[in-house]
Amino acid sequence: MMYEVRAVSFRYPAAAADALDRVDVQVPTGSFYAVLGPNGCGKTTLLRLLLGALEPRDGVVRYEGRPVSDWSRREMARRVGVVAQVEPLVFPVSVRELVGMGRYPHLGSWRPEGPVDRAAVERAMEVCDVADLAARPVDTLSGGERQRARLARALAQEPDTLVLDEPTASLDVAHEMGIFELLRDLADRGVTVLIVTHNINVAARYADRLLLLDAGRAAAEGEPSAVFTTDTLQRVYRWPLAVAAHPGEGPDAGAPQVIPLRGGGTP
Amino acid sequence: MKSAALPIPARLLTLAVLLGVALVLSVAVGAVPLAPGALLDTIAGRGDPVTRAIVLDLRLPRAALAALIGAGLAVAGAVFQALLRNPLAEPYILGVSGGAAVAAVVVLVAVGTAAPWAVPAAAFAGGVGAILLVFRIASSAGPVLDTRVLLLAGVVVGAFFNAIILLLLTFAQVETFRSAVFWMMGSLAGASWAAVAMLGVYLVPSLVLLLALARPLNLMALGEETALYLGTRVERVKWTAYLVASLLVAAGVAAAGIIGFVGLIVPHALRLIWGADHRFLLPGSALAGAAFLLLADTAARTVAAPVELHVGVVTALIGVPVFVVLLTRRPA
Repeated sequence: MMYEVRAVSFRYPAAAADALDRVDVQVPTGSFYAVLGPNGCGKTTLLRLLLGALEPRDGVVRYEGRPVSDWSRREMARRVGVVAQVEPLVFPVSVRELVGMGRYPHLGSWRPEGPVDRAAVERAMEVCDVADLAARPVDTLSGGERQRARLARALAQEPDTLVLDEPTASLDVAHEMGIFELLRDLADRGVTVLIVTHNINVAARYADRLLLLDAGRAAAEGEPSAVFTTDTLQRVYRWPLAVAAHPGEGPDAGAPQVIPLRGGGTP
Repeated sequence: MKSAALPIPARLLTLAVLLGVALVLSVAVGAVPLAPGALLDTIAGRGDPVTRAIVLDLRLPRAALAALIGAGLAVAGAVFQALLRNPLAEPYILGVSGGAAVAAVVVLVAVGTAAPWAVPAAAFAGGVGAILLVFRIASSAGPVLDTRVLLLAGVVVGAFFNAIILLLLTFAQVETFRSAVFWMMGSLAGASWAAVAMLGVYLVPSLVLLLALARPLNLMALGEETALYLGTRVERVKWTAYLVASLLVAAGVAAAGIIGFVGLIVPHALRLIWGADHRFLLPGSALAGAAFLLLADTAARTVAAPVELHVGVVTALIGVPVFVVLLTRRPA
C-alpha cells in the first residue's frame, strides 16, 4: 500500500461540521486511484491530510507504512509530486525555471543542478510535451500548456507517487484526455497516481479504483463498476441520472458512464 | 525569454560595475568637484589635506552608508514581495520603516545618544512590531488575508507612526536630536565611519542569511501550499525571512531615517530585465539597491546645491510614479 488512511476525521477551526468523518482509504502501490464527489464533500481536505499539510484530529495517515507526520518535508517531496488546485503566478518565471524547481527536494538551498538533475528536468519536459516551451514565460502559456508544465515540475521530482487536485478543471476535451492518457501511462510504469476530479466519466475509464465522498464520508469505494450504481450516484450527487455502458471500442468498451437526466430541480 | 539571455554571474558582474560607477560618481561629485586623478591620489595616500578630508571623512563614509542602506532596503523589498506574492509590497508601504523609526526615536528621547548600539535593536523591535500589527489589522478584515488590505493597513499604520514621531519630537524639545524631517524623509548627511561600522554589523550577516533563502523564496512565490509540497519548511522560511528582512530595514532606518520606495523600484526593474529567480534577484537587488541609493543621494546633494534635499524626497519622487504604474498594470 502506498497510502493507508485509517478512520481519519478532520474539522476546520470554527466549522460547524467535520470536513471528513472516519474515512478509510487504501491506495495500492502503482495504482491509478481517483477521488470523486460533489463540491465541498472533502476531496481537497483528504488530499491535504494525505500530504501532511493538515493534521487529522483522529485517525492515522500512513505513506509507505510510516505516519505522514514522521516524514520530513524534503523526504516527502522526493517521493510524492503534487499538482495543487491553485497556484498564484505573480512573477515572471520560464517553463524551464518552473520545472527546475522540482529538483529542490534533491538539491536543497545550495547545491547547483548537476547532470542528473538536468536529465530529470529534460525527461519530465519531454514526457509532458513542454520541451519546446522551455524558454517561454509561464504566464504566456495556454491553460493546457500551463497544467502540463506543472505536471512536468512534479515529474522532475522523480516521485513514486503523483497527487493531483482537479488538474483538468478548465481544459477542453483533447487537453483533458491528453493528461489522463499521460497519467495512465505513468501508472502502468509503476507510478502511483492519486487524482481528485469532477470528470467522473473519464475517471471511470482510467482509474483502477474510485473513492466516492459524500459530505465527508465514504459513500462507496472500489472498482468503477462497483462504485457506479445509479442508486449510489443519485444519492451522492442529488440529481437523477442513468448509468450506461460506454459504446466505444477498445479500452472504453463497456465502461460505466454516468448520464445526468433533465428535470431534476435544484439540488 | 530575457532571463535566459545572460547567465547569473554575468548579470551580477554588470550590476557590480554599475555600483562601481555610482560609487566613483558619488565621491567625485559635490560642492567641491574632484577630478579622477585627485581621487586616485587621495586613495593612494597622497594629495592635499583638504581633499583628503573631503574624501575620507565626508564623501566615502556617506557613500558607504548609502550603499549599505540601499542594498538592505532593496533586498528587504524583494523578500517581502516574494513572501506576500505582491510586487507592491515594500518596507515603507508595509509600515515596517515607520515602526522602526518610532522605536528609534523613543529610545533616543528616553536614553539619549548614550547607547548608540541600542538604537538599531530598538528599531528592529519596532519594525517587527509594526509588521505584526499590520498583519493583525489586515487578517481581521476578512477570512482570507487580502494583500491589498495588507498594503492599505501598512500605509495607514505608517501615517500613524509619522504622527507619533512628530508628537514625540515636538514635546522632547531637544535640539541635539535629529529633526522629525530626518526621520520621516531620511538623510545621509550625518554619515560617519562609526555609523557605517554599526550598520555593517547588522546588515552583512542578514544579507548572507537571506541569500541562503533564495531557492525556498522561489518556491514560496508559487504559493505556500506548492512550496510545502516541493519540500520547503514553509513556516520556518517565512518567519526567518520576515524577521531578517525587518532587521535590514530597521538597521537602515536607525542610521538614516525612513527612505521609501527603494525596495519597490529596484527589484521591479531587475525582474523586468532579468526575471524573478531569487538566486539572481536577491544579490542583484543588493548591488542595484546600493547603486540606486548612491545615485539618489548624489542627486539629493547636488541638484539644488547649496541646499541639500532629503534623500527620501528623491526616492519618493521616483518611487510614487513607479508604484502607480505597477498598480495600474498588474492587479495586486
